[in-house]
Amino acid sequence: MDRAVAIDVSHLSKSYDGHHAVTDVSFQVHAGEIFGLLGPNGAGKSTILRTLITLLSPTSGHATIFGLDSVRDADRVRQLIGYVPQERAIDRFLTGREHLELLAALYHLSKDEARRRIAELLTLVELDAHADRPAKTYSGGMKRKLDIACGLLPDPKVLFLDEPTLGLDVQSRLKIWDYVRMLKGRGMTVVMTTNYLDEADQLCDRLAIIDSGVIKTIGSPVELKVGLGGDIVSLTLRETDKVRSLESALRGQPAIKAVRVTPKGLDIRVESPEKALPAILESANRMGYSVEFIQYNRPRLDDVFLAHTGRRIEEAPVGDGE
Amino acid sequence: MTQYWQEISALTMRWVRRLSREKFSMLFTLVQPMLFWLIFFGNLFQRAADPQVTQAPNYISFLAAGVVVMTVLNNGLAGGVDLLFDKENGFLERLMSTPIHRTSVILSRFIFVMTITSLQVLVILGVAFLFGVHPATGLLGIAAILLIGMMFGVGLTAISMAMAFSVKSHGDFFSVLGFLSLPMIFLSSALVPLTAMPGWMSLLAKFNPMTWAIDAVRPLILSSWSEALPHVAMVVVVMVVFDALCLYGGAKAFRRAMG
Repeated sequence: MDRAVAIDVSHLSKSYDGHHAVTDVSFQVHAGEIFGLLGPNGAGKSTILRTLITLLSPTSGHATIFGLDSVRDADRVRQLIGYVPQERAIDRFLTGREHLELLAALYHLSKDEARRRIAELLTLVELDAHADRPAKTYSGGMKRKLDIACGLLPDPKVLFLDEPTLGLDVQSRLKIWDYVRMLKGRGMTVVMTTNYLDEADQLCDRLAIIDSGVIKTIGSPVELKVGLGGDIVSLTLRETDKVRSLESALRGQPAIKAVRVTPKGLDIRVESPEKALPAILESANRMGYSVEFIQYNRPRLDDVFLAHTGRRIEEAPVGDGE
Repeated sequence: MTQYWQEISALTMRWVRRLSREKFSMLFTLVQPMLFWLIFFGNLFQRAADPQVTQAPNYISFLAAGVVVMTVLNNGLAGGVDLLFDKENGFLERLMSTPIHRTSVILSRFIFVMTITSLQVLVILGVAFLFGVHPATGLLGIAAILLIGMMFGVGLTAISMAMAFSVKSHGDFFSVLGFLSLPMIFLSSALVPLTAMPGWMSLLAKFNPMTWAIDAVRPLILSSWSEALPHVAMVVVVMVVFDALCLYGGAKAFRRAMG
């Protein structure tokens, strides 16, 4: 793919008081794509994001946004980007319109320009009717819409979203996804962090899986899934005490690529289910296991996560201070 | 320069809007020092306080200077609270990701706190006036009082903002605040002149910048320019040093938090 590079992160490391939040991270974001940083809490996603929006300076390495350095040219970078923070960064006492007016002044817009853009954005996120109510009366979804309107106010070339749908109900989530797709349609580059697999899968053109401050893999969701090579057969066994012996019996058989013990039984990565299924069932039978349930899946993004980090995203330890 | 001004005025407007929408809190911040300290405390100790010791016609007139500076103290120390909340809910990050001058947010806060404090000082002097306390040095004296208040307030607000940027949680912030405020008042000449204090307390009070501020404000209210002037000159020197130290510490804390 030969596309313009919007963001170039090169050997970025950041440590705080001896703790390495991010270690030697490099990646590129193409202009006009939705790029996701996927990982559990504390993985280092926010550190990368905060570096890109010029609020952190790297310990080593550097990041450029449309060729501008995030530290040296910070002020010019800030004119190109919009940011939607993770927390509900809303002033409960201000109305929706006042939020946008404040930001318009901070981006040095003229009164007329500000009025035009604010009206446009309020319509876009469907907050017209609520624009003059204090934000403390807004629902979670409405606050998020206001957040996004705030991020879009400077008409940015790159929009950064930090966990855009964290804690939202399903309908609000789908709405936010629609907005993000529409922005991409308008040619905007979007960089978002998420710890939702389905969000990364459905929304992102490409994503980087991050764990413990390191990028484990980068690619489109489809590439990543295909890259695992093979579908997955999950066995649920009635008794799991001797599951290890079944695991070793299956390992190395033709058409079976990998075997992993799960709390309920085994996950088996197979080349073709047609060949593998009889072999699996025969082994289980021969060793006296009764199979309670058998499930066959194409690889999902959580399998990709698992393959690259050794655990499921929801099993990750909850860390603070990313 | 016009951009800088556009930023600062928009940010200052935000603080004004917030205050105007917290009517209850506004009323309490405004009324509390006058009601509690000036009216209750002043009248309560009217007969307990010895005019020979206070060197004032009555206790309220002695106390007025103390209440003025206490108001500056409390407003200044609380000056960082809103930034603390902005830091905790991410609003500060949102502001700092825009192409504003890095000092705009802080400057807007200084302007706001100093304006509110000055208005409050004027109200306190007005209430004291109703109780018969007529500033001896006139309008110019009142201007001098406001100036001293602002000089003290700048340093205190800087300390408060430095704390807001440094603390891990707002629980810490409020414990430190509570711990600082009352000892600062008791170890100063706000309620009792230094000469009437136990030796160790008057010694500690001499190191309290608040004492210097009060000792300059008091003669401006009670006596005359000729008596006040040396104290005013002295407090200006003390406050320049105090502000320089506080602003230096504040700038360091800000850079660390934003770096």
